[in-house]
Amino acid sequence: MKVVVDMNKCQDHGQCVFAAPDVFSMDGDGHLVYVAGPGEELRDEVEEAADVCPLQAIRIEG
Amino acid sequence: MTGRAVVVGASMGGLRAAEQLRAAGWTGAITVVGDEPHMPYNRPPLSKEVLAGKASFESLAFTPKAAAADVEWRLGTKVLAARLDERIVDLDDGEAIRYDGLVVATGMRPRRLRCPGPLAGRHTVRTLADAQGLRDELTRPDARVVVVGAGFIGCEVAATAIGLGVREVTVVDPLPLPMVGPLGELLGRALLRRHEERGVRFALGAGVAGFEGEDRVTGVVLGDGTVLPADVVVESVGSIANVEWLQDNGLDLSDGVLTDERLRIGGRPEVVAVGDVARFPNARYDGVPRRVEHWSIPTDTAKHAAKVLVTHLVGADGEMAPFAPLPTFWSDQHEFRLQSFGAPVLGKDDVRVLDGDPEGDVLVGYHTGGQLVGVVALGGQAAATGAARYRAQLLKSPALTA
Repeated sequence: MKVVVDMNKCQDHGQCVFAAPDVFSMDGDGHLVYVAGPGEELRDEVEEAADVCPLQAIRIEG
Repeated sequence: MTGRAVVVGASMGGLRAAEQLRAAGWTGAITVVGDEPHMPYNRPPLSKEVLAGKASFESLAFTPKAAAADVEWRLGTKVLAARLDERIVDLDDGEAIRYDGLVVATGMRPRRLRCPGPLAGRHTVRTLADAQGLRDELTRPDARVVVVGAGFIGCEVAATAIGLGVREVTVVDPLPLPMVGPLGELLGRALLRRHEERGVRFALGAGVAGFEGEDRVTGVVLGDGTVLPADVVVESVGSIANVEWLQDNGLDLSDGVLTDERLRIGGRPEVVAVGDVARFPNARYDGVPRRVEHWSIPTDTAKHAAKVLVTHLVGADGEMAPFAPLPTFWSDQHEFRLQSFGAPVLGKDDVRVLDGDPEGDVLVGYHTGGQLVGVVALGGQAAATGAARYRAQLLKSPALTA
């Protein structure tokens, strides 16, 4: 599974961090950082994160 | 698995319902009926990026999940009536569709002002077509804009219009402060000051008595007789649930459609509601059924309702926990953001600053009976991050008693 975040769309709402804390987090400045190739066992939480992104900036490939 | 699930409403709630029916294991047919011509799209940018000319439809459209690729979309089609006893919905093209499971996802439409005067030049902001029409008018040179309603949409539109450089923007509301209904006085005052500093004018404590103009609106007449000159009027005075098609089924349709604690309607396990048309009790709070017009609600309700419906349709056992979402909303106005978790509206009588200062970035707590029930941040990213720190606490709080 590959996670792609459109950083031009992302506005750092952080909803993905609540949905998938193993994959998404905020850095010290409140900006999004994420794991681009998370394990398959995290698929449910990554899909949840994609659903709750207000900007619909998260895409799951594979 | 045979049979058909019908989803009425093709906005975000309808899309999420269809996807979640598949996720919950429904392999029968799914038909989604919606009266707009578009596939589901994201609405928050309508009052901001779309008005500002920074977003195309392509950038707003949701990408349906692969598992929902076989869903039948009946767009540009209105459902005229539901016959729940017969499990049939009647479409405006004359077709009647029989269903095994029904999802009500018809959402809301804007309330309109019923006072004398011309209609031309008056706008609402709910659909893509609305926003595109309003954008064309906001780009008229020297436009004077009057926004009726100082709620979230009204304040977002006012901020966007100022950003577009219109000549004058005035927000009218009968209440004394913007967004005071959902947020209370402390933040209402802070928001008023921020908007005024950026050039938005306010006529507060004022109702609209009528509109001036012959062929199109030229002014807004207030209750005290004052006339605000206006080339463009935006009405953001609340919304009405699209439930007329459900009448004659013995349902409580007094404000949206009443559901039980598992989002079922009228005691029928094969009919559920999702999105802001659903008036549901939230087990996290006091058990009083309420509609919630937050962006997160279509997805939250769809996940729960789809599981409830599929469990029934496949005859599986097992009771799910009652629906208990943590409400969350945000609003972007000018360069600042409001970020909320929980239910501030239930704690407006006991509001305290948790961090910061209303003049700058501020984090505000809303309490009832001494218990924190909501937090709202206003300011930059640091304030929003601060609010998020309280989310875990709000999730752990005991339910309120009725």
